[in-house]
Amino acid sequence: MLKPEDRIFTNLYGAEPWTLEAARKRGDWDGTKDLILKGRDWIVDEMKKSGMRGRGGAGFPTGLKWSFMPKNDDGMPRYLVVNADEGEPGTCKDRDMMRNDPHKLVEGCLLAGVGLGATAGYIYIRGEFKNEADILDAAIAEAYEAGLLGKNACGAGYDFDLYLHRGAGAYICGEETALIESLEGKKGQPRLKPPFPAMAGLYGRPTTVNNVETIAAAPTILRRGATWFSSFGRENNAGTKVFCISGHVNTPCNVEEAMSIPLRELIEKHAGGVRGGWDNLLAVIPGGSSTPILPKSICDDVLMDFDALREAQSGLGTAAVIVMDKSTDVVKAIARLSYFYMHESCGQCTPCREGFGWVHRVMNRMVTGEARMEEIDMLHQVTKEIEGHTICAHGDGGSWPIQGLIRHFRPELERRIRERLGAAAA
Amino acid sequence: MPKLKVDGVEVEVPKGATVLQACEAAGKEVPRFCYHDRLSIAGNCRMCLVEIKPGPPKPAASCAMPAGDNMEVFTDSPMVHHARKGVMEMLLINHPLDCPICDQGGECDLQDQAMGYGVASSRYDDVKRAVTEKHMGPLIKTFMTRCIHCTRCVRFMDEIAGVPAIGALGRGEHMEISTLEAGIASELSGNIIDLCPVGALTSKPYAFIARPWELTKTESIDVMDAVGSNIRIDARGPEVLRVLPRLHEDVNEEWISDKTRFAVDGLKRQRLDRAYVRGADGKLKPTSWQAALNVVADKLKATDAAATGVIAGDQTDCETLFAAKSLFHGLGVQNLDCRQDGAKLNGGPRGGYILNAGLAGVEAADRLLLIGCNPRIEAAVFNARIRKRWLAGGFKVGVIGHTGDLTYPAEAIDFDGAADFLEGAERPLTIVGAGALARADGAAILAQARALASVSEDWNGFGVLHTAASRVGGLDLGFLPGEGGLDVAGMLDAAASGALKTVYLLGADELDAAKLADAFVIYQGAIGDAGAHVADVILPGAAYTEKDGTYVNTEGRAQRAMRAVFPPGEGREDWSILRALSGALGAPLPFDDLRQLREAMIAACPALGAIDAQAPGDWGSFGVEGPIDPAPLASGVLNFYMTDPISRASATMAKCMAEFGGKATSERTEAHG
Repeated sequence: MLKPEDRIFTNLYGAEPWTLEAARKRGDWDGTKDLILKGRDWIVDEMKKSGMRGRGGAGFPTGLKWSFMPKNDDGMPRYLVVNADEGEPGTCKDRDMMRNDPHKLVEGCLLAGVGLGATAGYIYIRGEFKNEADILDAAIAEAYEAGLLGKNACGAGYDFDLYLHRGAGAYICGEETALIESLEGKKGQPRLKPPFPAMAGLYGRPTTVNNVETIAAAPTILRRGATWFSSFGRENNAGTKVFCISGHVNTPCNVEEAMSIPLRELIEKHAGGVRGGWDNLLAVIPGGSSTPILPKSICDDVLMDFDALREAQSGLGTAAVIVMDKSTDVVKAIARLSYFYMHESCGQCTPCREGFGWVHRVMNRMVTGEARMEEIDMLHQVTKEIEGHTICAHGDGGSWPIQGLIRHFRPELERRIRERLGAAAA
Repeated sequence: MPKLKVDGVEVEVPKGATVLQACEAAGKEVPRFCYHDRLSIAGNCRMCLVEIKPGPPKPAASCAMPAGDNMEVFTDSPMVHHARKGVMEMLLINHPLDCPICDQGGECDLQDQAMGYGVASSRYDDVKRAVTEKHMGPLIKTFMTRCIHCTRCVRFMDEIAGVPAIGALGRGEHMEISTLEAGIASELSGNIIDLCPVGALTSKPYAFIARPWELTKTESIDVMDAVGSNIRIDARGPEVLRVLPRLHEDVNEEWISDKTRFAVDGLKRQRLDRAYVRGADGKLKPTSWQAALNVVADKLKATDAAATGVIAGDQTDCETLFAAKSLFHGLGVQNLDCRQDGAKLNGGPRGGYILNAGLAGVEAADRLLLIGCNPRIEAAVFNARIRKRWLAGGFKVGVIGHTGDLTYPAEAIDFDGAADFLEGAERPLTIVGAGALARADGAAILAQARALASVSEDWNGFGVLHTAASRVGGLDLGFLPGEGGLDVAGMLDAAASGALKTVYLLGADELDAAKLADAFVIYQGAIGDAGAHVADVILPGAAYTEKDGTYVNTEGRAQRAMRAVFPPGEGREDWSILRALSGALGAPLPFDDLRQLREAMIAACPALGAIDAQAPGDWGSFGVEGPIDPAPLASGVLNFYMTDPISRASATMAKCMAEFGGKATSERTEAHG
């Protein structure tokens, strides 16, 4: 279990004020100038060594991503964009970070900005996060006031501006290129890659998009050192991570823990255990709605990190653990997710636009058993026709939950169809 | 120059080419819906997926993927087939099964590609999506349930036409392509019908008229403006049903204007289909060809040559002009003119009356000065090319005179500031409009434009943008007043005063016909318009779809139009009418068929024999220096939709007038981006 002094997000629960004064007492903005003066290469190198993998869901190594930014300075702007459009169902970590510990993010933006050679940063915050936007706005103003941002930020001779932009509530705007489009004032639709944002992103300039948690953790990593951070978790899955535990647990919570903690330990230690005891567990969605569901048999001993969950044919995603006990109608739960993915498809690509409507309608029939037996396989094939065939990962993210359901709960689907047929015959 | 392998075939493609282009270079066909050569890449239909190694274990959209060195592309692998079949299935689940009543049937990309990638039955049991129709004006019929959301129409309007009237509303399954409840006020809107890969956008006037396999297709040339757009005329039996664009990179690329496309229904109305002679009671009476020709011959014989005038119209082909000039010069008539609008252009060196750099030349220019012309309504397809050049960057447009929105920003300047505006440009283009040249001070404006134009050995930046399809041909042939002859204005005045007794109108309708009331008027043409109203004898001719003819466009490119159908009733090809008249006059012209006529014509004017050639004309002095009236210059075209007898007779154009009238003619304030 993670020791309290090893937590990065020390004010995750808002026990203390979020203000600059309180944040400084917690150690934020401490020696930022020295970190900046160590230079761009040092920052990127340290992030590489820390083994940090992006906390937004895909788990791409952060230091490597930062190193993709062009090295030569052509005097034109280049950007850091922070993805605060936290919309993955089950996920609520960024929200608490911004509400209770905004200065971690603001400081992180500056340091990441230096590491990227960025001239400005944009925080794209989900529109529904009104309070968080207000707090973040005030925190940015405080930082400007204190000379921590803007011209000669922290007195380290680096100019960096930070802006906050509120989104309008589309899930797809959490996809990095759709987010950039939206930030530019266009319809939020993912862009074709290549070119990748590091080459041509916001306003056609080199851009790096990172999740709130990734950026907010950076200052602490740089202060305490890469070796400290990489001492947590298994190889290639380093660090600490904020898990969001929701659903049928006794005390749902956000909690920061070391990576690679066993799922069962995570739930029992921090969330008060599954409602009705571990044996009452039906299944867990381990990393937000896009990751395939895991039945209890896997949950018993699976570790919570990128590689272990991938081996279990699921994913760490945003580490949003959705716990379902035996009272859950698992088919209905996944059918509801299929509605979400249909509703949030941007409509650009054929497979995702047309496919998720189809999937949702079949899923609705699966709930009541009105589907035909062969439609289970058809459903699986349809998700395979969507997955990997679209511009962005929405097609994948919407297909995986269905595939997970069929993989682990096929008997339940068949039972409903049989019962329905039996009832009709009688 | 990346080298890559497509299905084992090694190809080398230019840097920046896409994988799709590489596949085409290797002779592999890649199905696609959203991709179009001339539009930005959307990559959203997902039909062109191919497998690429090295790369992630999923297929890539070949239209958007840059071709890289040492790539291995597979267009025929199991992964590719699985992906394309999947996409096709998705496209079809919500597509109505209404091919039998769909106008796109037979020329539908979805139909064609479903043959290759579709399956015979559907696994989709649920209710299909239905989408309400959208109002897109009198030209475009929508059936939005058929839409596959390729966004070609959106991209065309945004990028090529510069009138962002179409967009995608909503998202996911509920995304709809829509206008904002208004017709598309663009002169190029009809092109989205061609671009639409399915039957979502079809031609409203052509709705439920014919199937593509019933049509006879004739490759021809358009005469609605002086661009000389290459067209295909689709006819069934005696009827022209539609006009489509034909590819010509240097003229119209693959676009045509709405007038070119939709005015053809005017060919069926107000037709002059037999000869008429005005009787003693003042009423036109049908008569036989021979009788009418005899009346004309007698009249011409009885009239002094100095009291006879000939005016050619704006859609007259070169063969007819040459035959008329030969005939009337033979009679000693000097009063010949092809400049109905009174343009102050007189033969002179050819460089003085064509667009020397060519229509495509604007893409090589770095600055453009428009003098008294509005290319958006005078030559809509050319305007799209100017916009294309502007989008490419490093290009400024200055306008002397008033134009309204051209779909790209233009700086308003005057003659005093013109030299400053062009200063420093390497390849500036100066274009004078027909409207400016038709003014009383047209010759002075011409001289001023010549002085402003940059002309060097490898760049002739002077150009005239004509609006009449017959004008350059007429000037090439010297269809102009001879020694002591009168021009159009002179003839009209002389006719009003009684000095001019007999006037022969060759499809000439854009003139003040009231002045001809006292003269004996012979009207040879296809459509009953202003000229026919005052005529004493009507000789029924052929419209541009009904005869083989040579037309020279505004850049001096001679092109041949081909006959698609026969003239209705007793109408005859125009040159043959003049040949018959020469027989009735007892002085037969020295050619018995079109081939002989063309030989003589080309001998007299070699430029007309160089088909499809374009080059800067001879240079020399032209224009007359003089004071320029400070009154603002204006376009010669007041109304895009009605410029000639055919478009005036067209019901479709009348509907456009009703819907867009004000917008198409006067100031517009739409955004361009």
